[in-house]
Amino acid sequence: MLKIRQPTPSPRASRRAFLTGSAAAAGALVIGFRLDLRGARAEGAPALSAVKANPNAFVRIAADDTVTVMIKHLDMGQGNTTGLATILADELDADWSKVRTEFAPADAALYNNLLMGPIQGTGGSTAIANSWMQLRKAGAAAREMLVAAAALDWKVQASQITVESGVVRHAGSGREARFGELAAAAAAMPVPQEPRLKDPSQWRLIGQKALRLDSVAKTNGSAIYSLDIRRPNQVTAVVAHPPRFGATVKGFDDKAARQVAGVIDVVAIPTGVAVIARDTWAAMKGREALKVTWDESLAETRSSDVILAEYRETAKRPGIVASQRGDAEAGIKGAAKVLEAEFSFPYLAHAAMEPLNATIERAADGSYDIYAGLQFQTIEQATAAAILGTTPDKVRLHTLWAGGSFGRRATPSADYIAEAAAILKAWGAKAPVHLVWTREDDMAGGYYRPTVYHKIRAGLDAKGSVTGWQHVMVGKSIMIGSPFEAMLVKNGVDGTTVEGASDTPYALPAYRFEVHNAREGVPVLWWRSVGHTHTAQAMEVFVDELAHAAQVDPVAYRLALLTNAPRLSAALKLAAEKAGWGKAAPEKGRAMGVAAHESFGSYVAMVADVTAGSGSLKVNRIVAAVDVGIAVNPDIVRAQVEGAVGFALSSVLRNRVTLKDGVVQETNFDAYEPTRLTEMPVVEVHIVPSQAAPTGIGEPGVPVLAPAISNAVFAATGQRLRALPLDLSGLKGV
Amino acid sequence: MFKLTVNGTTHEVDADPDMPLLWVLRDRLDKTGTKYGCGIAQCGACTVHLDGQPVRSCQTRIGDVGTGAITTIEGVSGRVAEAVQGAWRKLDVVQCGYCQSGQIMSAIGLLSTNPKPSDADIDGALDGNICRCGTYQRIRAAIHEAARSLA
Repeated sequence: MLKIRQPTPSPRASRRAFLTGSAAAAGALVIGFRLDLRGARAEGAPALSAVKANPNAFVRIAADDTVTVMIKHLDMGQGNTTGLATILADELDADWSKVRTEFAPADAALYNNLLMGPIQGTGGSTAIANSWMQLRKAGAAAREMLVAAAALDWKVQASQITVESGVVRHAGSGREARFGELAAAAAAMPVPQEPRLKDPSQWRLIGQKALRLDSVAKTNGSAIYSLDIRRPNQVTAVVAHPPRFGATVKGFDDKAARQVAGVIDVVAIPTGVAVIARDTWAAMKGREALKVTWDESLAETRSSDVILAEYRETAKRPGIVASQRGDAEAGIKGAAKVLEAEFSFPYLAHAAMEPLNATIERAADGSYDIYAGLQFQTIEQATAAAILGTTPDKVRLHTLWAGGSFGRRATPSADYIAEAAAILKAWGAKAPVHLVWTREDDMAGGYYRPTVYHKIRAGLDAKGSVTGWQHVMVGKSIMIGSPFEAMLVKNGVDGTTVEGASDTPYALPAYRFEVHNAREGVPVLWWRSVGHTHTAQAMEVFVDELAHAAQVDPVAYRLALLTNAPRLSAALKLAAEKAGWGKAAPEKGRAMGVAAHESFGSYVAMVADVTAGSGSLKVNRIVAAVDVGIAVNPDIVRAQVEGAVGFALSSVLRNRVTLKDGVVQETNFDAYEPTRLTEMPVVEVHIVPSQAAPTGIGEPGVPVLAPAISNAVFAATGQRLRALPLDLSGLKGV
Repeated sequence: MFKLTVNGTTHEVDADPDMPLLWVLRDRLDKTGTKYGCGIAQCGACTVHLDGQPVRSCQTRIGDVGTGAITTIEGVSGRVAEAVQGAWRKLDVVQCGYCQSGQIMSAIGLLSTNPKPSDADIDGALDGNICRCGTYQRIRAAIHEAARSLA
């Protein structure tokens, strides 16, 4: 086969593995992790523009003219596979109909996320942002290599050769060749380190609608998700997990479980007891028959309402100052009017459609293969290697399509991958093991969006301008206690907890933000848009309250405070204009609300049109305006914002994970019901034209939905609902 | 031993009659296009056709299937199926795509009996299918698009 050269995993890079200290238990990993999830910062980040062209790592051209783009990220639905391929294919001048994709192996030297330092992983809406220059250069370099090969063969000057849609031409001699015909010769050409990139006017794919490359396979049943992998002689494992976080196995009786037809073995592992069976059904039946006793001496036994009540008390004490300017307290003291509000947020489960699962097997030579919807490859590889007593280069990762994630598949502990490795090890690796979490395991398995409490006081002068803003927040940090703590938690402040509030773009003359890091046994994690899931609600609802107190239009009030945030202002103006902001509502009980928020370097404003009153709420229409820099694929940008609305709406309306004496109460879609078709509002998405480097849109549509709806409910009813999910029970008729 | 007809082919399956059709299809017959989402008929990801009618395979015991013809996403064919899959692709409905086998099976079921569904008809037929990525706006549009192409 002719090809430019297949990327090969680099053992050198894998051995580096970024572990300091010995390869101890997963919990002891210390990882040098740089996290620059704010794409805006990325524009000037030297790592992105200085990256060297490496076409061999990212593109393979075959004799049949197919162009295969290596995808270093997980595609959990956000469409980055198509977007990443678009960037490379445009610079290459490839024929889009010949473009294919393949998920890259674990190799942090070639495939690290340039915004995560030495880590290969997907998150923080960085896939497009960090790859932009890397893939443009790779495509442009491959194009120059094809042209150089043609020039050599045709004995003409490279400068007289043109490339269009997978065909290389020399007009003077009339010669032409398809990419596939030139691929072998091109592979022998030197790799240009700084290839010439196209002027934006020459882009043919970037900025256009290109159909998703995964649409066909995902509509005929042929796409292989993590749950669909089938290895020879594979067995399925289902694990009995403790009912409370922090509990461990005290003992178990597996006599009845072993009697269940199809059950092969029962093994104890650090996280519970695994039932290994010929298929999923037998494993589930075997687990039902298993009797386990738990040691709950270290378990979390509090109820979630008790935890939240403790937060409310904690907020009365001074916290760690995360940001401060001016004298907020003095500003409030001298104010003409003082407003105060509290906001509370429940634990949320990611509840991706595909429950967590992974397949692991040992090869004849003692190395290992893992198949799953892998999102944090470097961490997953290192964690599995530590458990299996080997080195990371002996653990090959095969990334498959993921049925959603919303952050859940990227855990600093690589929890479910670690569990799969532990089962394989405990069982003696007699066959490939497919670990399957049921829906109930997935929902009750922790790693939730933290429960959070915000308390805000602010003063207004006689004209309605802010004189001071005092903000206290309580929540469990995602990073503290993780391998990233040393790198990412500064003076007790975890940026992923306070983002979107401590760094507010509002020009407040005096601002003080304090945070308390709660300690509890419930594992928490990033959930699509991370800290912004709660900070945007607190900030954007409270700003709305200030606007109403000042008797100023909420859009105008925000714009006056956003003098240093031109891109957010522009998005806000566009959303307001497209929504018909300020027009009288067509009927009683119907109104609009607005919110604007920056996250991950993208700027999103939303106007919600709702009908509310008498204990009910219907979201009729959402108009969004987004600035993501250059929209590589505008239709996918729109789809992500439409999807963000559908995803987040149920967390506005009803979703919450509650604990009763430490036991999770909502374990399936009956008690934790995602948004349904009949509830979906009409969503219109407008893209702010931009020449800036692309940022991301997987997450930024989420934060603004809740405050836009909350503010619309106030406009419609005069009643201010702040806590999520919105408690509609007290909503009066209008 | 049960005889199951799946996508026109007869298979012999040795299993407990209580075993849900979902797991027979996925783990015994390697028909992995049909997905597991909740196991309690709340999400519709496991939707297949039994004699042309959409059913939740997670709640269908193989002991109850009898001689019924089972069709999965891998085996759909004909004008309606082509119209639905074509519309899904034209409008780029999918995101993660995990629920879409079930959505498409429900949509084919709807359009097979109701070639010009209203929004209310779509609500009735598809409200049992959860899409966590929130692709509902495009699902609705794709069903209307498929109906237009069948007209």
